[in-house]
Amino acid sequence: MEKKVIINEERCKSCGLCVSVCPKHVLRISDRINSKGYHPAELFDNENCISCGFCYLICPDMAIEEVRRPEPVKK
Amino acid sequence: MKLIYKKPDTITERDTTYCPGCPHGIAHRLIAELLEEMDLVKKTVIVWPVGCSVFGYYFIATDAVEAAHGRACAMATGIKRAHPESFVISYQGDGDLASIGIAEAVHAAARGERISVVYINNGNYGMTGGQMAPTTLIGQVTTTTPYGRKPELNGFPMHVPEMFAALDGPAYIARAALDSPQHIIQAKKFLRKAFTAQKNNLGFSLVELISACPTNWKMTPVEAMERIRKQVLPVFPIGEFKVAKGVE
Repeated sequence: MEKKVIINEERCKSCGLCVSVCPKHVLRISDRINSKGYHPAELFDNENCISCGFCYLICPDMAIEEVRRPEPVKK
Repeated sequence: MKLIYKKPDTITERDTTYCPGCPHGIAHRLIAELLEEMDLVKKTVIVWPVGCSVFGYYFIATDAVEAAHGRACAMATGIKRAHPESFVISYQGDGDLASIGIAEAVHAAARGERISVVYINNGNYGMTGGQMAPTTLIGQVTTTTPYGRKPELNGFPMHVPEMFAALDGPAYIARAALDSPQHIIQAKKFLRKAFTAQKNNLGFSLVELISACPTNWKMTPVEAMERIRKQVLPVFPIGEFKVAKGVE
């Protein structure tokens, strides 16, 4: 499935606020290092993400660029 | 996939110069989102203050001027009077508005100037290293109050929206917080009303945004947000203090 949360890792400053507000605990601080020297946040569990957008609302660096929700499947 | 949220186009690609976890970025995003939603981007002039947000014009792509320390409201008055069709926002911190610039801000409010003030309160002077500000809480340790702020020595914290609500000029006065997604949604609602007050030519509007300063509070960003909820919000309660007719 496509990623529900698009994170611009170059903008991220590893403050951890998105991880702290995520109600489903699907975000974490990764082991990668961006060009500023921070460990960017990543979405590691796309399946359980509910696209609530709390991470987007709290992100102080506008690093969460998009939050998307899958269209409901028509029966 | 249905788009729920998208970074506003008015926010530039340039990385912010703020410390990790600084809510200045949240305030910038809320302003940019509202300007886009209310179709005001082209006629907006933002007056940036002195403080950490001094480089704000690099991050929000609108017309901008840079005011001397505390003089943003005076400058915004001049811009609004010379160009009444423009939409003027003054973005100020607590050291800027509540200390050095309190005269300019109070008189702009008393005259009922048609400007909107976004007032960021983080309880200290962030850029210069965390000195005591007028809004520092009783007992809070800063670099100039190493034993905590004492009322008999340093006075009491200032409640700016309550003061301004006593004047006749303002059309909309409120306080919101930037510590949690719920409060950020509420802050956006309050800012929308403040911008509507100016759009409908009703008078002066001010929204105080309770913010954090993780670096100078010597906390992690998550602990700083926790401190807002536990210590700051009981002293500075969220609410609307003055709502003129026509703002809703």
